[in-house]
Amino acid sequence: MKNKNVKVDHLITRKGNKRRQFLKMSGLAIAGSGLILSCSDDDDFSTPTTDPDPTTFDLGGGDLGVLNYAYALEQLEADFYTKVVNGSYWSGAVAEEKEILQDLYNHEINHREFFKTALNANFDAELVLPESLEFDFSSVDFSSRDSVLATAQLLEDTGVKAYNGAGKIIETAAYLVIAGKIVSVEARHAAAIRSIIGGDMGDFKLFAGDDAVDPTTGLDGAENPSVIINAAGGFIVTPFTANQLP
Amino acid sequence: MNIIKFLDEFTSENLTQKGASRRDAFSTFSSLGKKAAIAAVPFGLATLSNKAKAATMFQTNEAVDALQLALTLEYLEASFYLQALNSNVLDQDNTGMSTAIYEQISMHESAHVTLLEDTLVSLGETPVAEPTFDFTAGGAFDPFNTQGDAATSYAQLLALAQAFEDTGVRAYKGQAGALMGNDDLLTAALQIHSVEARHASEIRRLRGLKGWITQNQRGAGMPEATQAVYNGEENIDQATIITTDLGDGSPFTLDAATEAYDEILTGDESVAIASLFIVS
Repeated sequence: MKNKNVKVDHLITRKGNKRRQFLKMSGLAIAGSGLILSCSDDDDFSTPTTDPDPTTFDLGGGDLGVLNYAYALEQLEADFYTKVVNGSYWSGAVAEEKEILQDLYNHEINHREFFKTALNANFDAELVLPESLEFDFSSVDFSSRDSVLATAQLLEDTGVKAYNGAGKIIETAAYLVIAGKIVSVEARHAAAIRSIIGGDMGDFKLFAGDDAVDPTTGLDGAENPSVIINAAGGFIVTPFTANQLP
Repeated sequence: MNIIKFLDEFTSENLTQKGASRRDAFSTFSSLGKKAAIAAVPFGLATLSNKAKAATMFQTNEAVDALQLALTLEYLEASFYLQALNSNVLDQDNTGMSTAIYEQISMHESAHVTLLEDTLVSLGETPVAEPTFDFTAGGAFDPFNTQGDAATSYAQLLALAQAFEDTGVRAYKGQAGALMGNDDLLTAALQIHSVEARHASEIRRLRGLKGWITQNQRGAGMPEATQAVYNGEENIDQATIITTDLGDGSPFTLDAATEAYDEILTGDESVAIASLFIVS
């Protein structure tokens, strides 16, 4: 890691302020249980040791929650593409597909490490999602072109919907811009994977097919974290909750 | 509202100084070359639960200006793709592939125009009128083949589309902050933004490029005049985190670290690009 020189001045100023303390306390207090939120007007926050399930991580709310959420999604994608570029389909793939999947691996790893660094620069370690979430891709055949490409399409389309739906939760403009910078790259990925699959089928419109972009409004998808996490649940082994996100 | 008046108001002083005519502004832009792109994307709009709420929340000129800019850029894209499809230039590929791609994009851009117009009306605002466009940029290009060189026109038609789409992605991103605070509008804008990115990826791939932007490279075959669309894409400082310093290996090369993040264009930068193709 070379991130010791990283400076996040405008974000670091949050360290130690009241909002951060609140996040820290509430994160501990409600880990694993959204029910305690209903007790926010009493003294429970001073006794976080009452946490009923300290082993289940909660993503948190606001910017912290969105950053942890994005970090989880990027870990998922990065883990998938790591398996892809170590699999037999990729090693024998045609040059174009090999290059695209290598690029997607590169981009998702970079995104993952960005969120890890941003989170640790701005929040206490116990509030940051663990860096080694475990995933289950046993349903994917990494020797199969069809299996890999179909999963890639699913993950990229899901990523687009996830970021589009999370934008409204973001409180800090700088983070909204970062999310925008990433989501358009996820959309470029989705289109490229769809373009390959569409080419196989003779469907030259699949890059932005009617199944992804509403043909009447011209709008892409957008879903709340709860919907996305539920949809991705089949791949996620390490449990976490998103009790403070919609 | 007159489009030129809107653009004059939107654009910063250094682009249209007091007393400077539109002709002067064009002459400044023409140094970019002829190309340029445009792009566009509007910001979204969305179904608002009621007009009163919308009117209350959108009195700020910033949000309305963002929507008007978005509409202007969508007008440009929608007009471009309709003219492209009417020109038969896309038949050059002999496969129907480019026509199919343009049809899908054209459908989306026209839908975005309608969505933005309807949203502005719902906010009690008058949408800017559709400008008159000149996709030859003063005779520099012949994308719709009025002069009998179909192969050149085809190349220009694809190059312009790439410039417009890559600009659109950046332009929307640059306006997102203006829509913070209204969940419906922001979300819709993001939903348009990612569609523009899908378009950009596909047009780039149709031209033989990667779907994503490496450093500030406009890519093979793109006229130098389109460089304004790509300047700044070499950024590696994301919220003060340096994306080439996050680790070792291929994900942290300059190429990967710049491809992984698209950059914004300011409103002024977006207007400057679009203005190359606006006659009145």
